[in-house]
Amino acid sequence: MKIAVCIKRTPDSESRFRIAASGATIDETGLKYDIDDFAGYAVEAALQINEKSGGGETVIFALGPDTVQESLRKAMSMGADRAVHLKADAVPADGIAIAKALAAELGGGGFDLILFGKHSFDSSSGIVGTATAELLGLPCVTSVSALHVAGGTGTARRELEGAAELVSFALPAVVTIDEGVARPRYPSLKGIMAAKKKPLVSRPAQLGPVRVTVQKMELPPERPAGRIIGEGVAAIPELVRLLQTEAKVL
Amino acid sequence: MANVLVFAETRNGELRKIALEAVTAARQLADASGGGEVHAIIAGAVGIGDKSSQLAAHGADVVLVAEGAEFTGYARESLGATIADRARSDGYRAVILGFSAQGRDLGPRIAARLDAPIASDITALAVDGGNVVVTHPGYANKVIMTLVLTGTPVVLSVRPGAFTAAGSQKAGRAESLPAVAATTATVTVTEVKEGAKGRPDLGDAPVIISGGRGLKAAENFKLVEDLADAFGNAAVGATRAVTDDGWRPHSDQIGQTGRLVSPQLYVAVGISGAIQHLAGMRTSRTIVAINKDKEAPIFKVADYGIVGDVLEVVPALTAAVREARKSGH
Repeated sequence: MKIAVCIKRTPDSESRFRIAASGATIDETGLKYDIDDFAGYAVEAALQINEKSGGGETVIFALGPDTVQESLRKAMSMGADRAVHLKADAVPADGIAIAKALAAELGGGGFDLILFGKHSFDSSSGIVGTATAELLGLPCVTSVSALHVAGGTGTARRELEGAAELVSFALPAVVTIDEGVARPRYPSLKGIMAAKKKPLVSRPAQLGPVRVTVQKMELPPERPAGRIIGEGVAAIPELVRLLQTEAKVL
Repeated sequence: MANVLVFAETRNGELRKIALEAVTAARQLADASGGGEVHAIIAGAVGIGDKSSQLAAHGADVVLVAEGAEFTGYARESLGATIADRARSDGYRAVILGFSAQGRDLGPRIAARLDAPIASDITALAVDGGNVVVTHPGYANKVIMTLVLTGTPVVLSVRPGAFTAAGSQKAGRAESLPAVAATTATVTVTEVKEGAKGRPDLGDAPVIISGGRGLKAAENFKLVEDLADAFGNAAVGATRAVTDDGWRPHSDQIGQTGRLVSPQLYVAVGISGAIQHLAGMRTSRTIVAINKDKEAPIFKVADYGIVGDVLEVVPALTAAVREARKSGH
C-alpha cells in the first residue's frame, strides 16, 4: 500500500519549559526535539502495515523549518522509504492553514492511507489530520487505538469517553493514531546508514493566510506546595475533617 | 450583534454535561459580541427533541432539532455537513462544541468545510475589537497560550469543566433542522463497547479515584472501586503503568497521553506521581494522595497526603467516607 504519514517535531514532553523574551513562544534553549509521540506511533503503524503486506511505500511529510529534516531522516531510519519537507519559517498556530498545505501536497499523491498522530504535544489541538481529510473529501477516523487494513477496507477501534467504537471504512482514508496501535521501533545502525541515501525533497509549504496567532504564552500558576497530614489509618479522621471543612468536597 | 451556534452533544439519547457548558460559553461570546442569540443544535434519533427544554433552561434561545435515522449514534459526516451548512447560511459569529471525543472529531470537519479559523480545548474566551481571543492550555497543560482568531465565523471547542453550566429564565423556542447529506464516503460504526456501567465519565465526574502500581495487583483495584462507590459520584481512573499492564482498560488512563482531568477532588491511590501522570491531573481542585513512599513526587502536588500502605488506608477511608456521608455532613 502507498501510505503517507504526516509527522510533527516537538520538544521532549518531560522538559521544564520557560517562556522566551518575546512572550509568545517557548524558550527553545536546551530543549531536545524529536518526532511527536503520537506521530511516532503513526510511523510505526504504517511500517508494520507495509511489512505485513510485503510491499508498498511509506512516505513521511513534515511542515516547518529546516530542523524538521532531522525528524524526517529519523523516520526513514526506522524504515520509511522517502520524505517530503514542506518548508515554512515556523509551524503556525492555524491548523486549517497547515491542513491546506498538506492537502495541496497529498491530493494527487495516490495514497491509500494517510496517517497522523491524534494530536501533537505542543499545540495539543488535534485539528490538522481531520481537517486535511475533510479538505481531501476522504473518510476520517480519529483517535484510533487499533487499526487493520486489508482488501481496500480498514477497520479500527476508536476511544471515546469511557467506551470504544469499532468502525469500518473504505480506503483511501485518513486515520489519526492514539496510543495502543504500535510502539515505535528504535532505528538500527543499518537503518540509520540507509536513511542517509533515501530521497528527501524540500519545497515551500503552501500555507495560505494564517488566521490564528499566538498572542501570549505563560506558565500556569504553581500549585501550593503539597502537605503530608499524617501516617497510616490514624490520619483518616483528619483527612475527612479537611475534606469536609476546608475543601468542602465531602 | 451576532448569533452563536452550539453543537449540543448527546450520548445514548441523553444530553451530556459538556453540551450545557458549551451553551454557557456561547452565551458569553454572544454577550461579548453585543448581545445575540444562542442557537443550539441537538441531533439524534426521533424523540431527541424532547431534550430541547433542558437546553433552553440553560440559555439556548433557539434549539434546532435534527431528528432522524441519519443522526442515530454519532453520525460524524451528516453532523459535520448539517452544522456547517447551518453555520454558513445564517451568518453566525461562531460555532461552539465541547472538546470531547465527539467535539474533537467534529470541530475540524466543520472548520475545514467553513474555511474558518479554529481553536481547540479552550478554557476562556473574550472579544477584542473584531477578534475572538481564547485561552488554550498546550504542552500538556504546562504552557497557557492566548490565541487570537481573525475572521468570521470561528470554530471553538471548550474544555470540559472550564465553563460552568448556568440557568436561564428566558424561554427558548424549538425549530426543526433538516439534515444535509454527507459529501464524503462514510465511516460505519459496527459496534460500540460501553465501559463500566453506573459510573460517571472521567470528564464529567466531580470526584475521581485513581489507582497506580502501588496497589500491587489487579484484584486490589477493588479497593479503588469501593472508595468510588462510597463517594457515590466518583469515576475511576488509572496510571499509564496500570493500563499498560492490562489491569484497567486503556480508556481509564489519566495523564499526558491519556485523559486530562480536573475534578473537584482527585484521590491518587498508590500513585508515585510521574510527570506524565501529573500532566493529566494537576489542575484538579483538591488532590489527596495515599502512598507508602513519603518521597513520592505525588506529595509535592497533594493538598492532603497520607503516608501509608494503601491496602490498609484505603478500606479505612472508604468506611470513613461512608460514615461521613451517612451522617449528612
